[in-house]
Amino acid sequence: MNFSSPLTPTPVAIVVGASSGIGEAVARKLAHEGYAVALVARRADRLRALCAELNARPGAAHAVAYPHDVTHFDEIPALFQTILRDLGRLNVMVYASGIMLPSGFSEYNFGKDRATLEVNVLGAMAWLGQAATYFEQAGEGHLVGISSVAGDRGRVSNPAYHTSKAALSTYLESLRNRLTRKGVHVLTVKPGYVDTDLLKAVARPFWVVSPEQAAADIWRAMRRGKQQIYTLSRWGLVMWVVRHMPSFIFRRLRF
Amino acid sequence: MASFPSADRLALLTNFGHSIGSVAYVYRPTHAEQIAELYRSAAGTGFTVGMRGAGRSYGDASLNGGHVALDLQRMNRILDWNPGTGVIRVEPGVTIGQLWAYTLEDGWWPPVVPGTMFPTLGGCLAMNIHGKNNYVAGPIGEHVAQFTALLPTGEEVACSPTQNADLFHSLIGGLGVLGVFTSITLQLKHIYSGNLKGYAWASPNLRQMMDEMESLKADSDYLVGWVDGTWGGSGLGRGQVHRAHYFAPGEDPSPAQSLRVEAQVLPDTFFGLVPKSILWQFMRFFMNTPGAWLTNTAKYVHARTLDHRHHFLQSLVAFNFLLDYVPNWEKSYGRGGLIQYQSFIPRAAAAEAFADLLKLTQRRGLPTYLGVLKRHRPDKFLLSHAVDGFSLAMDFKVTGGNRPALQRLTDDMSRIVLDAGGRFYFAKDSTLTREVVAESLGPDTLARFCAMKARCDPQSLLQTELYRRVFGSI
Repeated sequence: MNFSSPLTPTPVAIVVGASSGIGEAVARKLAHEGYAVALVARRADRLRALCAELNARPGAAHAVAYPHDVTHFDEIPALFQTILRDLGRLNVMVYASGIMLPSGFSEYNFGKDRATLEVNVLGAMAWLGQAATYFEQAGEGHLVGISSVAGDRGRVSNPAYHTSKAALSTYLESLRNRLTRKGVHVLTVKPGYVDTDLLKAVARPFWVVSPEQAAADIWRAMRRGKQQIYTLSRWGLVMWVVRHMPSFIFRRLRF
Repeated sequence: MASFPSADRLALLTNFGHSIGSVAYVYRPTHAEQIAELYRSAAGTGFTVGMRGAGRSYGDASLNGGHVALDLQRMNRILDWNPGTGVIRVEPGVTIGQLWAYTLEDGWWPPVVPGTMFPTLGGCLAMNIHGKNNYVAGPIGEHVAQFTALLPTGEEVACSPTQNADLFHSLIGGLGVLGVFTSITLQLKHIYSGNLKGYAWASPNLRQMMDEMESLKADSDYLVGWVDGTWGGSGLGRGQVHRAHYFAPGEDPSPAQSLRVEAQVLPDTFFGLVPKSILWQFMRFFMNTPGAWLTNTAKYVHARTLDHRHHFLQSLVAFNFLLDYVPNWEKSYGRGGLIQYQSFIPRAAAAEAFADLLKLTQRRGLPTYLGVLKRHRPDKFLLSHAVDGFSLAMDFKVTGGNRPALQRLTDDMSRIVLDAGGRFYFAKDSTLTREVVAESLGPDTLARFCAMKARCDPQSLLQTELYRRVFGSI
C-alpha cells in the first residue's frame, strides 16, 4: 500500500532539466527512492516519455511532466505555484538545466554567451529563488544546483560556460549562507565529465562517469547534508591544484 | 492585476501537536466581503481554499499545503450580547476564551467547551466539538440558535434548527468545506457561581471506571476519566474519575466574586514558585516511555492517596481547560510533536474494545502517555462522531523514527474500532484512510455529505488536507 498519510507524507521533488543527462538520472533516482517528482524541461516529448516510464513502475509515487523553457523567466513563478498546488508540498529542488555551446578559441559570440548565461544562471536564479522562498517558510528542504568543475577557474576553452558555472556556484554559496540558519540544506554539485549531451562538445574527455553514477553521488551527498561534492570525487583533488595554480602558469595552458 | 495566490503569503502552518505541517498561502480577512472576494479570485484557478481558526486541531483539519488557507482569527468581533437571555452573536474568529471572559460576570458560561480555551468558535462549529458533558449537553452545535454562512457559490445563508435545517445540520460538523460561518448565535448557560463542585477519585481499572461513570452520569454535570495507558494486567486502564456539578441558585454565598474573570485566571506558578511558562521545558525529560510510566504511576498513586469523593471547589476554567494548565505543554513532546487518536465506541462493546486498544499499544511498545475517557450520546448532525457510548482519546509521541510504526499501529487500532461499530472525530484525526472513514460513516451518510458538498460547493473550492485524505476530491 502506498498511502501518503500526514504521518508518512510522500516527499516531493522538482527537477528542472529532467529530460536528459544528470537531471533525468536524478529524477529517476528520486522516483526510485519514493519521491513524487515534478519533471520540468523544454523537450516535452522526452519529458512525457520519462514521466510515463516512471509512473508505470508498480508502487511508484507519481511523476508529473511540466514542459517549460527555463529562459521564459516570466512563467516561472506561476509554474512553481502550479506544481506546489498539484503536489501539495516540496522537499527537494534540483536545478539541472545547463547548456555548453561549442566555442572556438578565438570566438567571441555574444548571442551564444547570453544563451549560456540565461539557461545556466538566470534560469537557476529564477527557479532556486522560488524554492528558497518556500523552504525558508517551511524551515527545511534541500536545494541542489548542478554546477561544474568548470566554475572553479576561468579557462581558455569556453569563457561563457566557465563564467556561468562560477556564477552558479557563488549563487548557491550565497543561498547556503542565507538559508542554513533557516534549516535549509544547499548542495553544490561539481561534476567532471559526465556522459551527457554536453560531452559532445568536449574533444578529449576522460574519467567519464554515467549520469546514473552522478545521480547516486548526488543522492548520497544530499542525504548526508554535504555542502559541495565533486563527481568523481578525485576531481576535488585536481581542482584544488587547479585553483591554486599561479596565473603565470595557468595562462600559458591550453585546456 | 495581482497574481493569485500572492507568493508573499506563503507561511508554514502546523497542527496543535506540531507533528504535521505544510506551507500554504495564508489570507487573514477581517470582513466577510474579503472572503467573497477571495472565493471569486480562487474560482477557476485550481487553487482550493481551506478554513483555519486557531490551528488547534490535532490533525490536518486546518492545513492546505500548496493552496490557500483562510485564517479567520482576525474576524473576532463580538457582534451582540444580551445578558438577560444569554444569547450572544459573534464572528467566527472569536475564541472560547474570549467568549467566557466576556459573559462570565453576567452569569453566563458556554454550555459546551473543549479542553482548551484557544479554539475559535468557527473551528468549534466546523468540528462540532464536545466537552466533558457530552452525554448530557450534546455537542456545541446543539446550542447554536442560528448562524449565517457564506457558501462558495456566493450565496449567504441563515440557518437554524428550523430554518434551512439540512444546511444547519451539515455545516455544523462540516469540516469547513461547505461554507464559512460569518456570524454565530449561541445560547449560553446561566450559572450561579464561577466555581464547580468537583470530585475526584482513583479507579483501579478501565472496566470499573466505565461502570462508575455509567452509574453517575444521570447525576453529574461533567464526567471525565484520566486513564493510565502505561499499566497492564488487572490494572489495565486504571486512572482517576473527575466529576463536577454546577452550583444551584443561592448555593454560592458570594457568586459576584467567583464570577469575576480574575477569580478564574489559572495560577501562573506551580507551588507559588516554578513559573508555569517554563514548565514544559522540564516536562520534556518525562516525555518518553519510562518517564510516562513514572508520571502516570505517580499521578495514580496520588489519586489513590488523596481521595476526593467529597466535593472541593474548582473554578470553571480550572476544571474545563485542563490543557491550558501548563502553557505550551504540547511542546514538551519535543521536535517530533504528538498526535491524538480518539475513537468512539457504543457502550456494550466499549470496555472490551478499549482494553484491546490499550493492550495493542503496549504490545507495540508505543503506549499512550495520556489517555482520556468520556461518555457520549448521539446527536442529529450529518457528520457526527458521537455514539451512545464512550470515547477514549490517546496521545502519542511522534519521533523522527516512529512515524511508520505509529501509522501501522493506528491502522490496526482502526480495525478494532470499526469491528466494534465505532466512529472517529476529525478534529483529532491524522491517520484514517478513505476506506476506514467510508466504513465508519456508512454509505448513506457519505452519499448525503457528498450531495451537500455538491450543492454548497459545486466547484469543490473549499478543501483541506483532511478533506482530500478522507473524502478525496468529490
